[in-house]
Amino acid sequence: MTELLATVRPDDWNFPLFLHVLGATILVGATLTCASALAFARGEVKLLRLGYFTLLAVGLPSYVLMWGAAHWIYSKEGLDDAPIDFTWVTIGFVVAEGGALVFIAALITGGIGIRRLPSGGEGLLKATLVLSLVLLAAFVVAVWAMAGKPD
Amino acid sequence: MSFDEWILALHVLSAFAYVAGIVLFWVLVVAVRRADTPEETIRMTPMAMVGNAAVGIGAGGTILFGIWLAFSYGDYDIWDPWIIAALVLWAIAGAFGQRTGVVYMAGASKARELADAGQSGPNAELLALNRSSQGVIFHAASSIVVLIIVIVMIWKPGA
Repeated sequence: MTELLATVRPDDWNFPLFLHVLGATILVGATLTCASALAFARGEVKLLRLGYFTLLAVGLPSYVLMWGAAHWIYSKEGLDDAPIDFTWVTIGFVVAEGGALVFIAALITGGIGIRRLPSGGEGLLKATLVLSLVLLAAFVVAVWAMAGKPD
Repeated sequence: MSFDEWILALHVLSAFAYVAGIVLFWVLVVAVRRADTPEETIRMTPMAMVGNAAVGIGAGGTILFGIWLAFSYGDYDIWDPWIIAALVLWAIAGAFGQRTGVVYMAGASKARELADAGQSGPNAELLALNRSSQGVIFHAASSIVVLIIVIVMIWKPGA
């Protein structure tokens, strides 16, 4: 199936696919960086801020790029009005759109936590850490589905 | 999913780990530029270890699973120009990445040396090592080469 798709994929899908992959890889990197910084901060304000602002300044634009390019590819395939009938596409949509809600929740809790630093807010940033780890796990499943294309 | 499709999924997951590690190191490259004390520099070491693990798993996985796929997939051969180009670029990216690591390890080593000597205040030499322009150039070069690999993987020139 994948071999067939790779063989028949029209050339004009390559650029939006490149943008989708670029956004997705940077998003995974930003989420990993955020989770690492928050996990190893142990109350250190600079690392807590580094983790949060990586998610905001690197993660958010890359999420928009990944999501926008995914919809661009989808419309190029002429599937906008068609029912979603592939498992891998369903997984992609669930992770991209459900993940967006989790991502926004992580940004909001983290943002409030950062504003409360240094006297408080660590609990909220721990919530951001947990949400980042949940996102990372979901992204791994999405990448597996996008690449392996299970029926 | 067939066995090859699993290998392809692992190949792509490895590529994501590789780029994720590069992104993490970009954040560290920027963050460490303000670190002029041993404590601030040493504090970033656990994050660097996560980055090293991501890059190591990513680089190893992409080459291992990629070569497997080149032999296993009927439509592709190991001597296809785009696959040879990707292999060469992978080696170049690794060489640049290794040089980046060497440059920034000098700052980490200096920080440990200062901490062991009981010096905790700002240190100009440490700041200069952490602000290495050579390190930025090597990391930028490595990132650009990896970006080109992604382009080669998507467009598959000559396939």
